[in-house]
Amino acid sequence: MKRKREAWLIGLGALAVASLAVAPFLGTKLTALGAALHPGSSDVEASIFWTLRLPRVLTAFLAGAALAVSGMVFQAMFRNPLATESTLGVASGASFGAALQIRLGLTFTVLGISGSALFAFLGAALSMVLVFGLTGRRNRFSPSTMLLSGVAISFFFSSLILMVQTTSDFHNSYKLLRWLMGSLSTVGFGSVVNLLPFTLIGTVFIAAFTKELNLLSTGDDLAASRGVCVQRTRRALFLTTSLTVGGVVSVCGPIGFVGMIAPHVARLIIGNNHRYLLPATLLLGGTFLILCDTVARAVTSPGEMPVGAVTALLGGPFFLWLLVGGKKWIP
Amino acid sequence: MIRPALRVRGLNFSYRQEPVLKNVSFDVQEGEYVSIIGPNGAGKSTLIKCIDRILAGWGGEISLFGESIASMSQRRLAGMVGYVPQAGGRSILFTVEEFVLMGRYPQMGPFTFVRREDRAFVEEIFRQTRLSPLAERPMNSLSGGERQLVFIAAALAQGAKILLLDEPTAFLDYGHQVGCLDLLSKMNREQGVTLLSVTHDINQAVGESDRILAFRGGELFFQGTPSALLSGKVAEKLYGTRFSVYTSQDSDRPVLLPIGGAL
Repeated sequence: MKRKREAWLIGLGALAVASLAVAPFLGTKLTALGAALHPGSSDVEASIFWTLRLPRVLTAFLAGAALAVSGMVFQAMFRNPLATESTLGVASGASFGAALQIRLGLTFTVLGISGSALFAFLGAALSMVLVFGLTGRRNRFSPSTMLLSGVAISFFFSSLILMVQTTSDFHNSYKLLRWLMGSLSTVGFGSVVNLLPFTLIGTVFIAAFTKELNLLSTGDDLAASRGVCVQRTRRALFLTTSLTVGGVVSVCGPIGFVGMIAPHVARLIIGNNHRYLLPATLLLGGTFLILCDTVARAVTSPGEMPVGAVTALLGGPFFLWLLVGGKKWIP
Repeated sequence: MIRPALRVRGLNFSYRQEPVLKNVSFDVQEGEYVSIIGPNGAGKSTLIKCIDRILAGWGGEISLFGESIASMSQRRLAGMVGYVPQAGGRSILFTVEEFVLMGRYPQMGPFTFVRREDRAFVEEIFRQTRLSPLAERPMNSLSGGERQLVFIAAALAQGAKILLLDEPTAFLDYGHQVGCLDLLSKMNREQGVTLLSVTHDINQAVGESDRILAFRGGELFFQGTPSALLSGKVAEKLYGTRFSVYTSQDSDRPVLLPIGGAL
């Protein structure tokens, strides 16, 4: 059992490394291997590789990993496979925050955190508080109440985003629209630098809570009786996941379904012990988003599909499969 | 004077402005086996959830061996008191061994995982509870009775010397009921584990425990030995129906049977 899990983790790690290594060479035109060896050269292929593709693939990995790990936390805390940043309205909250920032044209930096990240975080936190407040009041976090209030809040924020968009000028409106589709395109390593702290801090923080996540997944009463401060742990985890999702959304826009698919597939292959589930989810999430982005770049080349459309195309049927016939890992 | 293992004084708890526990006071001595009985909605389960701080916001004083639980960390409390919920319902996605090892949580620090001493401790628990053959099985594949034994083992893995049980034999068939009760009384006799067990089965309370606490409408209605319960006609007043008392032919256990009719 333990040996098998370790073998899987090594396999997933190898897969992630392979996709990180191969994906930058793929695209409209295959990049020759030689180009990668000359980072500073003025050769067009080399500069495409170093300023466009490599940063983009790294961005995809970091964003996918962060979204997947956050999704894993939501699933454990709500004891429901359908609990994700999209279904809980967190992603749309974050989007609204970031949209507001674009509309107001506020560009500032506080302690190294960009204004858009801060706004996205506040939006994410607001929607979390709303969902949590609503579901906590009624029925103690029954999955249906939670999903329904998440969906309602999601719609609410989507309408607010539309409002922001209609009051924007043409330039901002277009910028907003492109951004809302979710995109990993980047020039240079700016996005990578912006994402890295969110993915890193979020993951390390969540890694400190694997035992608590295991216990929370057995029920709040059992977790408390084993010595977990349930309220404090929930609060800490909510804050962390809000910050992480907010950070990703502010850089890449809302990219759905990664947070649902990756942790679920990880559970199927490695089990539900978060000590192993966390690294598996991280690797799978990163690899999955690299894959989706490569598809997005390749399928409609020379133009490109928004990556959010690709994840949704795969995620929609997956969601339905979970809802209707999938393996029920939670009552 | 010996400090009681558990002391409850003036405990009050309300759920949505509705009082559930009203000024409850009692002591449980170390090594005692105490059953809690009473009609539905009497506040029995709420009481043990307050003692384990699964529920917050109660008023009054609860102390363990003279130390107030209000100022204890949840971890420290878990090292002293274990909670065993009803077997049914929840889905648990771990193997038996993983689940029981998770009971070691109060003994582990923040960044530590399962240590050798935790494995040794759990192995000893498995030996005492005879659960070793189930160790590799997924929790969700167990029968209700097996599951209940594992819940007890996991609570013991915490290192707790006081167990709070919420209807441990509800939904179990007779064979599994006996298996579960035998394990509890063995832990009580041999390991000196103090038991506070909620039950709907008055015969179980009379037959198994040293003392009985009876609750009605959130108040402690009676406390005393099983024979005091029988001689005081407590069951009649508690449940509002008449009972006949028989003596089992094979043991000298008294058996109560509700026979209906007004008092």
